[in-house]
Amino acid sequence: MNMIQAINSAMEVVMARDPNVIVMGEDVGYFGGVFRATAGLQEKFGKTRVFDTPITECGIIGVAVGMGAYGLRPVPEIQFADYIYPALDQLVSEAARLRYRSAGEFTSPITVRSPFGGGIFGGQTHSQSPEGIFTHVSGIKTVIPSTPYDAKGLLIAAIEDNDPTLFFEPKRIYNGPFDGHWDRPSQNWSKHPAGEVPTGYYKIELGKAKIVRAGDALTILAYGTMVHVCMAVVTESGVDAEIIDLRTLVPLDIETVEASVKKTGRCMIVHEATRTGGFGAELSALVQERCFYHLEAPIERVTGFDTPYPHSLEWAYFPGPVRIGEALKKVMRT
Amino acid sequence: MASDSPRANLKPLSLYVPEPKFRPGDTVDFTEVTIPAAGSVRRPDIADPADSFIDLAYELVRVLDHESQAVGPWNPRLSPDTLRAMLRSMALVRAFDERMFRAQRQGKTSFYMKCTGEEAVAVSAAFALDYEDMCFPSYRQQGLLIARGWSLVDMMNQIYSNRGDRLQGKQLPIMYSVKEAGFFSISGNLATQYPQAVGWAMASAAKGDTRIAATWCGEGSTAEGDFHSACTFASVYRAPVIFNVVNNQWAISSFSGFAGAESTTFAARAVGYGIAGLRVDGNDALAVYAATAWAAERARTNQGPTLIEHFTYRAEGHSTSDDPGQYRSEGEPTAWPLGDPVKRLKDHLIAIGEWDEERHAAQDKELAEQVKASQKEAEQNGILGHGLHQPLDTLFDGVFEEMPWHLREQQAQMLAEETASGRPWARKK
Ligand SMILES: Cc1ncc(C[n+]2csc(CCOP(=O)(O)OP(=O)(O)O)c2C)c(N)n1
Repeated sequence: MNMIQAINSAMEVVMARDPNVIVMGEDVGYFGGVFRATAGLQEKFGKTRVFDTPITECGIIGVAVGMGAYGLRPVPEIQFADYIYPALDQLVSEAARLRYRSAGEFTSPITVRSPFGGGIFGGQTHSQSPEGIFTHVSGIKTVIPSTPYDAKGLLIAAIEDNDPTLFFEPKRIYNGPFDGHWDRPSQNWSKHPAGEVPTGYYKIELGKAKIVRAGDALTILAYGTMVHVCMAVVTESGVDAEIIDLRTLVPLDIETVEASVKKTGRCMIVHEATRTGGFGAELSALVQERCFYHLEAPIERVTGFDTPYPHSLEWAYFPGPVRIGEALKKVMRT
Repeated sequence: MASDSPRANLKPLSLYVPEPKFRPGDTVDFTEVTIPAAGSVRRPDIADPADSFIDLAYELVRVLDHESQAVGPWNPRLSPDTLRAMLRSMALVRAFDERMFRAQRQGKTSFYMKCTGEEAVAVSAAFALDYEDMCFPSYRQQGLLIARGWSLVDMMNQIYSNRGDRLQGKQLPIMYSVKEAGFFSISGNLATQYPQAVGWAMASAAKGDTRIAATWCGEGSTAEGDFHSACTFASVYRAPVIFNVVNNQWAISSFSGFAGAESTTFAARAVGYGIAGLRVDGNDALAVYAATAWAAERARTNQGPTLIEHFTYRAEGHSTSDDPGQYRSEGEPTAWPLGDPVKRLKDHLIAIGEWDEERHAAQDKELAEQVKASQKEAEQNGILGHGLHQPLDTLFDGVFEEMPWHLREQQAQMLAEETASGRPWARKK
C-alpha cells in the first residue's frame, strides 16, 4: 500500500469497529478527497458517517468539537494544512482545553487529518508545515508518520485516543519515499518494507519514536518526509548516524532521544518548517537541558527558511541533501 | 450512544446530508431550475432602501431573451461598440484559458485554472466599473485583467514564474497581483479578500475618495467566516463595496448545496445583514453589466454595499488538478439552461445587426493568434518546466521591508551551500 491507501485503510478498519467514528471535510464524501484518502468510505459507511462539509474550517473543527462532546469520534479533514488557520481558534481555545476547563466532563476525541509539507510545486498555500504552531499549544497531540505502515497504525491510535490529535500527512511521500533530490521522483512504496501494510487492525502507540537507523557517530532527529531525506544523506556520507523518526511530536518520546544523544554525543535536528520558534527549537532546548554534559558539538538545526514557501524556488527552500549534508559535516567537524 | 430514552416513543432523529441531483452516468434534466423571463424583474431606484427590494435576492435579473434581444428595465442600452468590445474581451479570456491550460498539460507550468462559462462575470463587471476602482478577485476572474487591457505576456510571465514575472516566481500560477490595473494580489486561502475589500472601501470613504471596491468569491467560499465578517463590517459602515458571489454550482466536487443552496439563494445572504441583494443571470453579459453598474452607483452615492449573486456554471474542471468526470454527470455543462455567455452575447450582436458569424470566426482566429504570439514572447523569458529563472537570492526578498539578521544569515548560508553543491543557479548580485 502507499501512504494514502494505508490512511484509507486505517479509517475503514476503525469505522467498521466503532460506529461512533465519522469522517467529514471538504470533498471527502462521494469524491473521496482531493488526494483520494477517503475514497470508498462513504459507499461503505453511508452519508451520515462520511460526508462533505461546507468550506469553513472553523466550522468543521467547531462542529467536530460538538460531535465529540456528544460522544462521537470525528475525523475531520482539512484539505491542506495551509487552510487550518481559520480553524485555529476552535483548535487552540476550544478543542485543546475542553477537558481541562470542564474538569473532564467534556472531551474532544477528534483526529484532524491534513496533508502538509512541500515539494509538489504547491506555492505558498499548498506547502506549509504548521506543526510548530500546534506543538506550542497545550492539550493537542501532534502525530506525523513517515511510512504507510506507521501511518495506518498511528492513525488508528490517534482516532482511538481520547484527546484531540492533529495528524499531519507528508504529502510529498504519499506515493513513495523520497531522497530529497529535486529532480528525482519518489520511489514506489511497493518496493519498500514499510509499504507492506496489513489490511486488518493494528496500532502504533502514540509517543513512541522509532530508530530507523542505529549508529554511534551522531543522532539525527527527524519526522515525515525528512526521515527519508536524512536516510539518503547518511547513506551517501558514510557517517554512522543514528536516525530517529519522532513519529509523534506531542507527546514526545524524550527517553529515546535522550538515550541516543547521550550515546552519540552529537545531535542534528531536521524539519521542513520555518526555523524561528519551530519544533526544532524545542527539541534543541530539550537536548541541551538533558544531555549538555554529553554533547561534543553544538546542536545543529536544518530547517526551511524563515520565508513563505516560494513557488518557483521551492527546491532552494526545501531542506535537501545539500543542506543536510553540509550540516552533517559541520556537526562531525567539531 | 443513544440512551435508553424515556422518549422512546418518539421517532429517532436522522441527519440530513444533501446530495446533488446528478452524478456520473446520470441523465441531466435542469427543468427544475427556475428561470424567470428576461426583463421580468423590476429595477429599483438606486436610492431605495435595501429592505424595499428583498424580493430581488430571490429573483434572477435577465436582459437577453430567447430571441437574443435585450429587454426590460435592466437593459443597460450599451452602444454596439461597447458590446463588441465586451464580446472581444470574453472571447480573448476563453482563448487565453485554452492556451494556458494546454501549456500546463505540456509541462510548461505547474497549475492552471479556467473560467470557461463564467467569462461574463468578470468581463462585464470590468466594463461597468471605473478603471480606478479596486478589485479584490478570487482565482477565476482573469477576465478583469484581460478586459482592463492588461498585457497577456505579463500574465503569462506570472504563470511561467519566469524572468519576467513581476511576482518573482513567489506565487502559484494565476495568482496575479497588478496594482496598476486595480487588481489586488490573489490569495490561495478562500474568502480572505472579502473583508480586505471592505477595508479598502471603508478607507476610501473615510478619506473622502470617490473610488469603490469590488470583490469576488465562489458560492462554496461563502461558508467561510471571512465572508460573514465582511458582510457585517460592510453593513455597519455602509462601505462602498460590491460583493460578488459567483455561484457556478460546484466547489471542487461539492455541489452548491454544501454551501446552503438548497435552503435559500446566495443573494439572500444580503438580507440578514441589511445589505442590498441582487441575483443575476451570470451568463448574460448585459445583466451582469447592469447589476454591477447599479451597485456601483449605489456605492458611489453613499447608499452602501450590494451583494450580487451571479448564477452561472463551471463548464470545465476546477483546475488542472481536477477531473470533474469523477463526481458530476458529463451532460451537465451542455445541458446548463443559461447557455454559454460568449455565444449569447454574440447572438445578441448578430440579432441587432451589429455582428455576423464570419466576423466572429475571424475574430476568434485573430485572438488565438494574439494569444499564441504572446505566449511565444513570454516563453522567451523562460517556462517553469525548465527550472529556475529567479535569482537564488531573491528567495529572501520581500519577507520584510528590510532584511533582519536572521534572514541575512540564512541567505548567506543558502548561498554558501549552493556554492558547495556546484549547482549553477543564478544570482542577483
Ligand atoms: C481556506 C481554504 N480552504 C480550502 C481551500 C481549498 N479549495 C480551493 S478552491 C476550493 C473550492 C472553492 O469553491 P468555490 O468557492 O465555489 O469557487 P469555485 O472554485 O467554484 O470558483 C477549495 C475547497 C482553500 N483554497 N482555502
